[in-house]
Amino acid sequence: MKSPRGTGTSLKNFPLFGPVAAIVFGFLYIPLVFVVGYSFNSNRVVTVWKGFSLEWYADVLTNDDIQRAVINSLRVASISTVLSVIFATGLAIGLLRMARAGKTAAWSLIMAPLVIPEIVFAIGTLALFVQIRFPLGVDAITLAHTAFCIPFALLPIRARLRSVDLTVYEAAADLGANEWVIFRRITLPLLAPGIVAGALLAFIISLDDFIVSYFLAGAGGTTLPVYIFGMIRNAITPGVNALSTLLLLVSVVIVTVSYIIARRRR
Amino acid sequence: MKRWKNRRQSGILLAIGLTGIMALSACGGETTVGGGASSAAASSAAGSEAASPEAPAGDFPTPNGGELNLYNWTDYISPDLLKRFESETGITVNLDNFDSNETMLAKLQAGGANYDVIVPSDYMVAQMIELGLLQEVDPASFPNGQYIKPEFMDVYFDPGRTYSAPYMYGTTGIAYDPTKTGGEITSWAAFFDANSPAAGKIGTLNDQVEVIHAALRATGAQPCSTNREDYVKVEELLAGWKPGVAVINSDGVIGRMASGEQTMHMMWNGAFTRAQADNPNLQYVYPAEGITLWSDNFAVPVGAQNVDNAKIFINWMMDPANIGEATNFVGYDNGITGSSEFMTADLGANPAVVIPDEFKALATPVPGCSVEAIDLYDQVWTNFKK
Amino acid sequence: MARRSTSGRAGQGTWWAGLPGLAYLVALVLAPLVIIVIFSFLSRAKLGVGVKWEFTVQPYVELFYSESLSGERSFDPTYLQIFFNSVVYSLITAVACLVLSIPIALWIATRPPKWRTLLVFLVTIPFWTSLLIRTYAFVIILNDNGPINGALTGLGILSEPIPMLYTPFATIVGLVYSFLPFMILPIYASAERFDFRLAEAAYDLGATKGRVLMRIVLPAVRPGIIAGLILVFIPALGSFLAPELLGGGKTSMIANVIAAQFGASRNWPFGAALSVMVLVIVMLALVAFAVVARRSSRRGSQQSLESLL
Repeated sequence: MKSPRGTGTSLKNFPLFGPVAAIVFGFLYIPLVFVVGYSFNSNRVVTVWKGFSLEWYADVLTNDDIQRAVINSLRVASISTVLSVIFATGLAIGLLRMARAGKTAAWSLIMAPLVIPEIVFAIGTLALFVQIRFPLGVDAITLAHTAFCIPFALLPIRARLRSVDLTVYEAAADLGANEWVIFRRITLPLLAPGIVAGALLAFIISLDDFIVSYFLAGAGGTTLPVYIFGMIRNAITPGVNALSTLLLLVSVVIVTVSYIIARRRR
Repeated sequence: MKRWKNRRQSGILLAIGLTGIMALSACGGETTVGGGASSAAASSAAGSEAASPEAPAGDFPTPNGGELNLYNWTDYISPDLLKRFESETGITVNLDNFDSNETMLAKLQAGGANYDVIVPSDYMVAQMIELGLLQEVDPASFPNGQYIKPEFMDVYFDPGRTYSAPYMYGTTGIAYDPTKTGGEITSWAAFFDANSPAAGKIGTLNDQVEVIHAALRATGAQPCSTNREDYVKVEELLAGWKPGVAVINSDGVIGRMASGEQTMHMMWNGAFTRAQADNPNLQYVYPAEGITLWSDNFAVPVGAQNVDNAKIFINWMMDPANIGEATNFVGYDNGITGSSEFMTADLGANPAVVIPDEFKALATPVPGCSVEAIDLYDQVWTNFKK
Repeated sequence: MARRSTSGRAGQGTWWAGLPGLAYLVALVLAPLVIIVIFSFLSRAKLGVGVKWEFTVQPYVELFYSESLSGERSFDPTYLQIFFNSVVYSLITAVACLVLSIPIALWIATRPPKWRTLLVFLVTIPFWTSLLIRTYAFVIILNDNGPINGALTGLGILSEPIPMLYTPFATIVGLVYSFLPFMILPIYASAERFDFRLAEAAYDLGATKGRVLMRIVLPAVRPGIIAGLILVFIPALGSFLAPELLGGGKTSMIANVIAAQFGASRNWPFGAALSVMVLVIVMLALVAFAVVARRSSRRGSQQSLESLL
């Protein structure tokens, strides 16, 4: 139904939406700009600008405890990512073939970590580990992270799986390939972009997590967000900003990479 | 053709990604990695440490690398001091923080008991001994045990020092800035006054025990009272006071008082001296109703992984020179003789650190409350924090 | 997308593939929840962490009643108050997010397609950054010495900085900021599916822009709005960081109280009971969502949810 005025450019602008959109965009980014900006403040008091300096970055990068926290975070995130992606891939395939009743139950279980307030999940896993006398620390955190990374890893994989043309399987089967070969040489490569996307998401989610890590941390098991939280509660210096900026950088890079991969797929 | 090429690309990407992830995990390894060259020594030493049996009685362990997991109050030990310990002994120190005795106890009991050295306050040491949470490492028999001050030897919570070694001692009083608040604060009653001149810029420790001790004193009762009437008055007092309280947080008090973010704060005396260094206007008050004289101690929890290193650390910290350096950083006096030689003159002359004679009677230790009293404390504190 | 009904299912894997994942989730998600429910009916361990294995409904009683210091049990609205506050803060947050999101979502949806993906990507980036950092940003911004107060006093509008930090206001601002992308994305997803030519047709036929907005566009993006409201309300309800860092330890939402029970307060059964109550509220919210969503396009809301990823 064509507008008599041409190809529909007349209603592109609702009153005020443009300016409000700009303001909201600003609102989304300006706080982060402040965080990054003040990280270069040479003054101890974060919000009172005294001069440009990289000393806080030097401070932060040479701090032993921070290095340990970073390594813990990376270790937890890596292992959680690998495990959750493996579980999620299996789940994606399994879900496609599940009967109705089982499917709904499975979905509820999978989506549960997203729906349950994270504090409940955190104390629940704490209670679980205490009950079975599993020591708190990096391993406990990894196990918990894997669980709530599964839904994040699953969604891109599942979306990818559902877009696969089923005739490919029939053709392969007709040509005599068995299940495992088909999985390895057809399904997996076809799923690869979804798996990569899922892995990147799981990685960021694990890296950025605070509350679960906070409750499950044990001796020497502090992760970076928990460490930053301690810094914020203790003494707010531009060091906190420097550390936050670095974490932001990692998240942005990962998201951008994920986005670029996704675009190539379309 | 195109589809095949894309598949290869993504396959390669996936392989690189997974390889990178595996490599990172391998870097993490078994032990947590500390900084510097000691990490290689640490990994091998940690292995041998776990395998070898406890040093025979009478023989004090010698440093052999490895790790030490230290659980301490936030900002309560000099980073430079720890670095010196690390270079002198080759032991890597992993430091985690807590903000109150109860937080530490909760974490330990929940299974985080793989800390090697913890820093409980006097009443908490008593509680932990009772709960069977501490190892009897007998610090008094350590080489440097001879330096424990006589008045710190047979303390109510650990007579003969078989479980704990003294670290710092201090008082919990009031810090305020008279130039901002006007008037003079000399009592807990004034601190908790609903119409206080500092209202809106008051801060307090996030510490059930300290706050309610003080509130009881302010209403004329004694800490650890089991009389319900007293607590009714305390509740009223706190309820009236709360609107003027800006922050309930034990961490970061120094920064907030130094910058003027708060103008009155319940504060530990040593932390006060550090804030005062940045903001000379600040004053420390010994309230007329009395204050808590607490002492913090090193102890080794049951379940510690590196007991030998724990002993080495505690012994090292009982050396007057080392604890003297610690005192200069945190601003408290300590329980080791001879350390006063290493204390800076400023600190030694500061009335907040060395209690002036006229206030000596006001500062008394408060042993842990009975279970009944703790219940009441819990109730009042929960309602206060609502 | 050719998807014939598949009689021969060779090569597509079996449902067994999902078993490891399900088993893991049962162990690490279901078991904790079950334990929490069980703990909520147990007794508090004296002076200790954990529970005493004695059945009691005391934790639930404590939700509503407290023993006054004179020994009488009376109805105590303290915790109900905290629940109520949490719900109110979350609702305010959801509505604020809605008001801010509709313009931007609709604006993006009406840009040329090439721009849209980029703009959505720009909205997505903050979504994937750490919640802790986003909350911390406002600790700096709302500070007495922060940029807002600095600007206001510098321009002479104020003589003294206004204390904005450590107030409920700060908490809500932090919540809104944290969850804004959760609202923008679903609404945008709905808006993208809407054929704007319908709106244009109405416009050409004489309707004012306002009427077109209210009577055609908004109803069409309703599934997105509903999805967004739920995606903001539920996590906001369980929010810990914003009230903790921005509320100054004074503005307690339910997550802070629960955290305290498992921390220094050491009252696990009570913390478990609080958690069960939160779960109940969340379930109710989800049921409400399901009911309302059923009335709108079913596909729309589901796609809105999936659009986040």
